[in-house]
Amino acid sequence: MKKPVIVLDNVSKSYPLYHHITGGIKNFLFNLPEALNSMRNNRFEALKDISFKVHKGETLGIIGRNGAGKSTLLGLIAGVLKPSNGKIIVNGRISPLLELGGGFHPELTGNENIILNGVLLGMSRVEVKSKMKEIVEFSELGDFIDQPIRVYSSGMLARLGFSVVSCLDPEILLIDEILAVGDLDFQKKCIDKMMGFKKSGVTMVFVSHSMPDVKRICDRVAWIENHTLKIIGDPENIVISYTSHYSV
Amino acid sequence: MNSRIQHYIDLIIVLTQKEMKVRYKSSFLGYVWSILNPLAFAFIFFVIFKVVMRIQMENYTLFLITGLFPWQCFSNSVNISPGVFLGNASIIKKVSFPRNVTLLAVVLQDMIHFILAIPVIVFFMFIYQEQPSFSWFYGIPILLGVQLFMTYGIALAISSINLFFRDLERLTIIFTTFLFYVTPIIYPETMIPAKYRYLIDFNPVAPLMISWRNLFLEGTLRLELLAVSLAYGVAAYMAGYFIYKKLSWKFAEVL
Repeated sequence: MKKPVIVLDNVSKSYPLYHHITGGIKNFLFNLPEALNSMRNNRFEALKDISFKVHKGETLGIIGRNGAGKSTLLGLIAGVLKPSNGKIIVNGRISPLLELGGGFHPELTGNENIILNGVLLGMSRVEVKSKMKEIVEFSELGDFIDQPIRVYSSGMLARLGFSVVSCLDPEILLIDEILAVGDLDFQKKCIDKMMGFKKSGVTMVFVSHSMPDVKRICDRVAWIENHTLKIIGDPENIVISYTSHYSV
Repeated sequence: MNSRIQHYIDLIIVLTQKEMKVRYKSSFLGYVWSILNPLAFAFIFFVIFKVVMRIQMENYTLFLITGLFPWQCFSNSVNISPGVFLGNASIIKKVSFPRNVTLLAVVLQDMIHFILAIPVIVFFMFIYQEQPSFSWFYGIPILLGVQLFMTYGIALAISSINLFFRDLERLTIIFTTFLFYVTPIIYPETMIPAKYRYLIDFNPVAPLMISWRNLFLEGTLRLELLAVSLAYGVAAYMAGYFIYKKLSWKFAEVL
């Protein structure tokens, strides 16, 4: 077995329910005792006691119902959230594939957004510029690349986003169910690209509700249920029990 | 380590470019707007105080313009700051990068606009037969540096706290409006009644704004004013950065 690049060791994540204060200072002061009390005692447990390892070059699928804690898990691995308990070790450059249009600015053109997004995701300006042609070609956006992206359709946005990430030379790729919007052609292209990543040894964590994709791409699957890790292992078996669990 | 600094610089460049481009694209008159606003205020105050209330001052127009441009640069950034982290929610939730850079880009963008507006000040000086001074060459960069500390520090604090208390945005506008009137911008500090004049020392932006006007109008940079504004600027930056550091790891939770 190769060495693990992502290690989660008894990781839990809980946070206070912030709605008392995000309602504003006025709200907070007028309901002070209640707000303080709720901040101290009402913590939302997003994940409980999760442990697993992802090895170099492996593709881990994460499945589970909405609100089970999948995105929190990705946030923890990406390093934007801190675990409340436990330890997370990540070795390598992480490239999260952003949700539709995330990190893009609607007024900027496709080209300009590629540079902005590439640098935000950790590349240098020189690197992005040298890969510009490759990225534009992959996106198949043609002349639209010089248009502000507010005129793009959602499928085109997905193309742009995936193209940037796919040309990044990612070491660890985090994908949060965004492939569903592109047309069939592009979805196939993305899957092909991900297969290519697999071959070249990129580690991937792939959140999806599409069981065929999960079966096709993933080496192992983690099923998150009720904020805990229910089972982790062979995709074939887990997908079958997951599907039968919810197709009552 | 070196590549991290390089990436930090790349981020600042790319995000500042983004702010500039967005500003010019969404409104055709980008540059004109950035000078029109302070000029319009200068006109309003001129009509009120010179024409209606007949304040006894020479060159009041120039006095207003040299005070309003630097102020606008400061207040624009501060007024926008509550929405900056909020507006970048989608990347803050997914990508781990230094979030303060998004705010720094906004502040730098306003400063670039201010620098681009300096020719307008020169233009008005020629109209009133005044000359730009040689001291501008070192005075402007020094004061810009102080202003960067001050603006960025205050903006960092406001932008961070606003994620938790979302109505801070409204208080910010009240705060900057209040600060505007207690700072000697539309009146000279010498007009403040003697018994209240000591209060000006408690206003963190007053020495800076007075310094800007002295530099533009008289070509002088008074050391004691500079020292006080630098002290306030560094204090604002340290406080802002401290608040940001304390809160930043929770950003992805509240957004």
